[in-house]
Amino acid sequence: MFGITHFLFIAALLFGIGVTGVLISRNIIVLLMSVELMLNAANLAIIAFSRALNVMDGHAFVFLVLTVAAAEAAVGLAMVITIFNNRRSINIDKYSMLKW
Amino acid sequence: MNLDGLIFIISAAVTIFGAVMMIMQRNPVAAVLYFILSLVAQAVLYVQLGALFVGAVLIIVYSGAILVLFLFVIMLLNLRGDEDLGAPSAPVSQLTKFIVSIGIVAEFAFIMWSTVFSNSIPTGIIAGASDNFGSTEQVAKLLFGRYLYPFELTSILLLSAIVGAVVIARKEDKDEIESEAEASTDKVTD
Repeated sequence: MFGITHFLFIAALLFGIGVTGVLISRNIIVLLMSVELMLNAANLAIIAFSRALNVMDGHAFVFLVLTVAAAEAAVGLAMVITIFNNRRSINIDKYSMLKW
Repeated sequence: MNLDGLIFIISAAVTIFGAVMMIMQRNPVAAVLYFILSLVAQAVLYVQLGALFVGAVLIIVYSGAILVLFLFVIMLLNLRGDEDLGAPSAPVSQLTKFIVSIGIVAEFAFIMWSTVFSNSIPTGIIAGASDNFGSTEQVAKLLFGRYLYPFELTSILLLSAIVGAVVIARKEDKDEIESEAEASTDKVTD
């Protein structure tokens, strides 16, 4: 019999993959998508707990998280466009103009 | 093995596969496509948990809107996947990244082992969920009832994100605009 534990395990694994992607990727677009992946993992955990406790409030929170993810993607990609126009690179090691 | 378990194993494997392939891609377009694969499999997991409406929204909003936005930006920047990403990081830095990643996954494993498997939270899916659990009607009742204020506040968040994105992505360089205008007038005169 499988239950909430299995879904939580998948969510934790997805979050770990997202953290790994943020750490190892040198491509700014893949890095932004890894952040989205971490938000998705949190969503999966919320949905799983919502089912296990038999209350639907978690579904409403998932909508709020989706909104935050959309806003984050829009602003993040706008920043990528601006920086790319200045630096001509998607390598995050080149994005160090704030570094002294 | 029952059908539910089989569907879970397949969709979980596809989700993890898509996520792992996504972070390993050099080509951003391939990474976006692998992420979409991962998301579709995640939507199957949502439906298995009874969240029918949220699963549909995940496909429509994420695969349909957010990842298309990513593809638009990749197209706009004219990325082909053969960009110079610089030399790989130093071995010390790579080792640090490896240790931190493994550490975070191990931390999650420890938390789950110490809480989930000691039965301090309910495991197992409750069989007697109501018939319309996760239906559009129930979600709407929550969003427009108990969570009306947070739901309305998200509209302000989206508005500020729109304004912020436009302001950030707008070209401010006057010389560039003028030179572009000159180029266009040149074309006209030619």
